Amino acid sequence: MDDLTKRAYALRRDIIEEVYRSGAGHVGGDLSVIDILTVLYFGVMNVSPKNWESPDRDRFFLSKGHCVDALYMVLGEKGFFDKQEAIETFSAYGSKFIGHPNREVPGIEMNSGSLGHGLALGVGTALAAKMDGRAYRTYVVLGDGEMAEGSNYEAMMAAGHYHLDNLCATVDVNRLQISGKTEDVMCSDSLAQKFRAFGWHVTEVEDGNDCGQLLAAYEAVALYRGKPTAIIAHTVKGKGVSFMEDQASWHHGVMKPEQYAQAVEELEERAQMLTGAQKAAGQQATAGEKTTDTEADNPGAETYTNVPGKTTAGSRESAADNRKAMEASHGK
Amino acid sequence: MENKITNRQAICDVLIKAAETHRDVIVACSDSRGSASLSAFAEKYPEQLVEMGIAEQNLVTVSAGLASCGKKVFAASPACFLSTRSYEQVKVDVAYSRANVTLIGISGGVSYGALGMTHHSCQDIAAFCALPDMRVYLPSDRFQTARLIEALLTDDSPAYVRVSRTASKDIYGENMDFTLNQAKLLCQGKDVLLVACGEMVAESLEAASLLREKGISAGVLDMYCVKPLDEKTLLQAAEQVKTVITVEEHSVYGGLGSMVAQTVSAACPKRIVNLALPDGHLTAGTNREIFKTYGLDAAGIACSAESALAQKTR
Repeated sequence: MDDLTKRAYALRRDIIEEVYRSGAGHVGGDLSVIDILTVLYFGVMNVSPKNWESPDRDRFFLSKGHCVDALYMVLGEKGFFDKQEAIETFSAYGSKFIGHPNREVPGIEMNSGSLGHGLALGVGTALAAKMDGRAYRTYVVLGDGEMAEGSNYEAMMAAGHYHLDNLCATVDVNRLQISGKTEDVMCSDSLAQKFRAFGWHVTEVEDGNDCGQLLAAYEAVALYRGKPTAIIAHTVKGKGVSFMEDQASWHHGVMKPEQYAQAVEELEERAQMLTGAQKAAGQQATAGEKTTDTEADNPGAETYTNVPGKTTAGSRESAADNRKAMEASHGK
Repeated sequence: MENKITNRQAICDVLIKAAETHRDVIVACSDSRGSASLSAFAEKYPEQLVEMGIAEQNLVTVSAGLASCGKKVFAASPACFLSTRSYEQVKVDVAYSRANVTLIGISGGVSYGALGMTHHSCQDIAAFCALPDMRVYLPSDRFQTARLIEALLTDDSPAYVRVSRTASKDIYGENMDFTLNQAKLLCQGKDVLLVACGEMVAESLEAASLLREKGISAGVLDMYCVKPLDEKTLLQAAEQVKTVITVEEHSVYGGLGSMVAQTVSAACPKRIVNLALPDGHLTAGTNREIFKTYGLDAAGIACSAESALAQKTR
């Protein structure tokens, strides 16, 4: 888990480089979603350049596609392509690293980015898995502003109808969108109730920028049977760069040189702190507790607040092994 | 004897046959299995039918997701909803992602004539032709429809197929020659060429007969493949005549007429007349009544052709 946190901060540094060089991107959302992406790609999902052609790879859709800048850094880190190329050519003339997911970039499943499409794509791949008896899972990441798109609710309805327990949606609830506070623009409160009303199992993650809380939530929902799962991850827009945090203006703000320098300084300081803390802890993960844990067949909310640390994640293989073990223990 | 078998029934028959040996053939519908004549498929292969309920946007995107996992999806829904309500989903998830999805637009054009403009699809050709990587087909009878679906089963690119609600008049036979994306020249004329698609092919054939009775030599080209337009066959036929007339069950803007005019005017300029539905609120009625009202029945087409030929070129 500490490795994941450290990696997420290193990726934040990459994102800052990428968006600063290009003068483009959606840095605020990148920084709110990066922990979710890091945990999924390095601690949860069975997808990598090695198994990319396999029909059994896990599927991922970034429905809030404007934050592809963050996804590029994660996919580069994962070895799908040269990350430096993405940093240097993001949004440049003729580049394949454009401002929304496209399949010319290795590691991207579908061309997407118009909001409100990812969840329905995920319903399709999850249905296909059920039809074919394949064990892969589908993960979709949405934004809370995006939840105003009506198409999401058609997809939620179908996922509930077909009991797609191999589908996991994560909503990156950073509470801000381009025009200001989400609650002011178009209130998307009661997300958990909305998902439940459509037959979903819901888990809330109090700190969606805490890799430990996220990992615990993903591990738990992978075991859940009979319903699709939504993880409501409460994040901070611009997380990790002080002047960007919780500021709607950084939805797609462009840094001035002095702001770039400050962002780099803050992130590098944080990276050093994490390295120091990791050394001090002697690589030993500290087990924490879930504050609430309902029965598996109870659709009530679960809330993760502390570091569970029961898995030393960090590789595709370990995530896959964990899954197999979990499925075996649940008689799947 | 008048044909009673609809083109949608022909589609269902082909898909049932394909599903026998290909379990990746999937039919997706939006509470439309009955109106698409796909109930027989649903009963025979329930595990290969995906019901999305009355949610056409979801129908299209879920179909694209299924296709990304190796499924060959035929998504059937009324053409009016597929081409407008689901347009962004078609643009992004099917066309842009080049998903292996064939969209079946049932009850196209003014099939639901008496239900009003909400249920007409007179803009679908224009809308879908403007999407990169999207192919647009309006087969003219049940035999051509069956051959078209068989051909689409063997490829993996996006396509839109529009069929009518009522049975189309037979033009071909069971053993017709069919080549995907190749228009069919049904007869060559010397005076006028009628370029038609869908229901308008049969009307144009009858119009050609009426014209012949008046001593006018009229050819008919079945341009079921509106996109990719078969430019070669079109130009070869157009070169032989004085006037080209396009006939379609679609708005006068942006459909077959626009496509043909672009091609012919650039390569072998001729007088071109576009017969289509007007840019306005259409009268209610059966499709045949509406065709007659707007000059899209055989008599109306023949009359327009005669007038066009009588007009002097400036």
